Amino acid sequence: MRRLGLMLLAAATLLGPLTGAEAADRFITVQSTTSTQNSGLFETILPKFTAKAGIEVRVVAVGTGQAMKNAVNGDGDVLFVHAKSAEQKFVAEGGGVERFDVMYNDFVIVGPKADPAKVAGGKDAVAAIRAIATAGAAFASRGDDSGTDKKEKSLWKSAGIDQAKASGGWYRETGSGMGATLNTAVGMDAYALTDRATWIAFKNRGDHAIVVEGDPTLFNQYGVILVSPTRHPHVKAADGQAFVDWLLSAEGQAAIDGYQIDGQQMFYANAGK
Amino acid sequence: MRPSADPDSGAGSRSDRRVLPIRGAGLAIRRAGRVLLDNIDIEIVPGPLVVIMGPNGAGKSLLLRVLATLVPPDAGTVTWAGTPPGRERAPRLGFVFQKPVMLRRSVIDNVRYVLKVAGVPRAERNRRAEDALADGGLSRLAGSPARVLSGGEQQRLAIVRALATRPEVLLLDEPTANLDPSATLAIETQVRDAHRGGTSVVFVTHDLGQARRLADDVAFVHHGRIAERGPADRFFNAPSSEAARAFIEGRLLP
Amino acid sequence: MQDFSAAFGEAFRLVASLDPDLVEIVGLSLRVSLSAVLAAALIGLPLGAALAVARFPGRGIALVAVNSLMGLPPVVVGLLIYLALSRAGPFGPLGLLYTPSAMIIAQMVLVIPIIAAVTRQTVEDMKDEYDEQLRVLGVGTAGMVATLLWDARFSLLTALLAGFGRAIAEVGAVIIVGGNIDHVTRVMTTAIALETSKGDLALALGLGLILLALAIGVNAAVMGLRRTAGHAAFG
Repeated sequence: MRRLGLMLLAAATLLGPLTGAEAADRFITVQSTTSTQNSGLFETILPKFTAKAGIEVRVVAVGTGQAMKNAVNGDGDVLFVHAKSAEQKFVAEGGGVERFDVMYNDFVIVGPKADPAKVAGGKDAVAAIRAIATAGAAFASRGDDSGTDKKEKSLWKSAGIDQAKASGGWYRETGSGMGATLNTAVGMDAYALTDRATWIAFKNRGDHAIVVEGDPTLFNQYGVILVSPTRHPHVKAADGQAFVDWLLSAEGQAAIDGYQIDGQQMFYANAGK
Repeated sequence: MRPSADPDSGAGSRSDRRVLPIRGAGLAIRRAGRVLLDNIDIEIVPGPLVVIMGPNGAGKSLLLRVLATLVPPDAGTVTWAGTPPGRERAPRLGFVFQKPVMLRRSVIDNVRYVLKVAGVPRAERNRRAEDALADGGLSRLAGSPARVLSGGEQQRLAIVRALATRPEVLLLDEPTANLDPSATLAIETQVRDAHRGGTSVVFVTHDLGQARRLADDVAFVHHGRIAERGPADRFFNAPSSEAARAFIEGRLLP
Repeated sequence: MQDFSAAFGEAFRLVASLDPDLVEIVGLSLRVSLSAVLAAALIGLPLGAALAVARFPGRGIALVAVNSLMGLPPVVVGLLIYLALSRAGPFGPLGLLYTPSAMIIAQMVLVIPIIAAVTRQTVEDMKDEYDEQLRVLGVGTAGMVATLLWDARFSLLTALLAGFGRAIAEVGAVIIVGGNIDHVTRVMTTAIALETSKGDLALALGLGLILLALAIGVNAAVMGLRRTAGHAAFG
């Protein structure tokens, strides 16, 4: 009898968290990407929103593909990624309410100091990519269908190169997030395509540096979408919409513009532009 | 020798809770081609202190285990008071092994444990455990961890524990084989006292002197058969089988 | 090499200053893993003991299964629990995804086979010693399970420690079902993964050293408890 009581006590202790004690806080869940999180943007701008609206923002940072799948499943209230055509498809299929531009940053190509493909200082991304393939220089790709990955693949296409044939040779697909891929690139003296914000915040650069930047084709657009409350009734539509509205508002846009690392602006707010 | 008729033994002394007489009929066991028990018939009735004796490897311990239903025979049947044995009558049968097996808890908790298994309610359990220890002269060790006791003390505790449920019969499998002479004497005294108190006893031993000291009845086992059975006087003074004679005289057996 | 010395520096700095983020992460790691081990014990201990005691057709298969499940990859468990708890899944409406409760559930599933397998071995060894004595007293299967578990309690601590070691060290399960959300579901291992992906290897390694110290501390405490309580009381 006493043993039964102890077991019930133990069960109650463990079930405590299950009764949703955490639900007492008002919060929304945002599905976003690892590169956005690794840039440190969220740590700066989200507290501003929470202070104003009293809503906590919980960010689940995964690969773009996973974030989109989660949103399709309804495992989040807001989707905030940088894969425009996939986002538009998401809305068209009824998974989201509406897509808005929020901000952009740019991609850069980074490479080892030795620069075997001789692309440093270039302003033409496609030309650089072609040079790397011609030289057979090592290139680390994310290979995970993320926004960055899709951008990279579009560059290969524009250069008319079938890089998939070289997979396992000079073309190395890590199937990982941006940070992990950069670790790999530095570790094997390979070139890589990365968003600028992740690179600036990245601390394991070895002797790698930015070799190509400033090309308009390296433009990286971020969009925000409220997950459809009609399809997923549990979605916190009001609070989620409040977050979307804030991101697009003058205050939110200013917060984005204001985020800097080492005096450099990381993201450029462009809602409604 | 009176049979056990204690009015508050176990949960009641109705006839359907009896285990005696224990009867084994046609008991046979073979292992790896060797015959260990060879078509044995045996009956244990209330009253005389029975000693099952014989040389090592004769099958004495195995026979005792079969009668206690610890080992199922390959052929033959065992009955307790005429009916097939059952778990619910286990408290009416006490068993003491050659090597005592104590639970990893205190001396008194070991005794309380068997009373709990027998279904005795808590308050009565405590009282009877204390009484049992007192009877066995082990009260001063009640709180000690059972496993730190000496071999002799543990075996005395094993007997106290086996007697705690006030069984009809106490079965002992060479309980003093590992003990020194003074501990052996203590055990024998304890067993004799239990027998005098009304508990039937079946005692397995290979020790001739011990058998002489304790037995009312002797069953002599040799090569898996009961070679001879009868009152102790007649067995020791005029054994009828050659094997028994050789064993008593200390000669090697065929 | 400079990462190693920097790591010790980071670890020391975080611990000495009682960095609030560190304290929060350590607290959550302990809460999640200890809860998971406790819950897993409630299931795994009787399950392991029953497997040791009972004889039934298919027992051999059950033993192979339990032993094999000790090698369940954490990331696979994470994925399965995730699919179960996702809004699109059967338990979606419970809203457990991305909470510590989901992490506890995932780690519990991971740890049950370990506790069950080690318990089975320990109890089976003990059963050989106790079997005849308990049977002659009339103890049935359930009683044997309970008695053997209680008598083996100090040895079974090893089973629990093995389970705890697995839980506190894994990242694959908790990162998928928890989402590594700052201040909500971020634990030591997911924080290490994050810092690694940010390239801050010194900090990641520093956190790793702290995690190691934590695991050692828990083990030492339990072994100390076992020594004083166990041997002093029951030889």
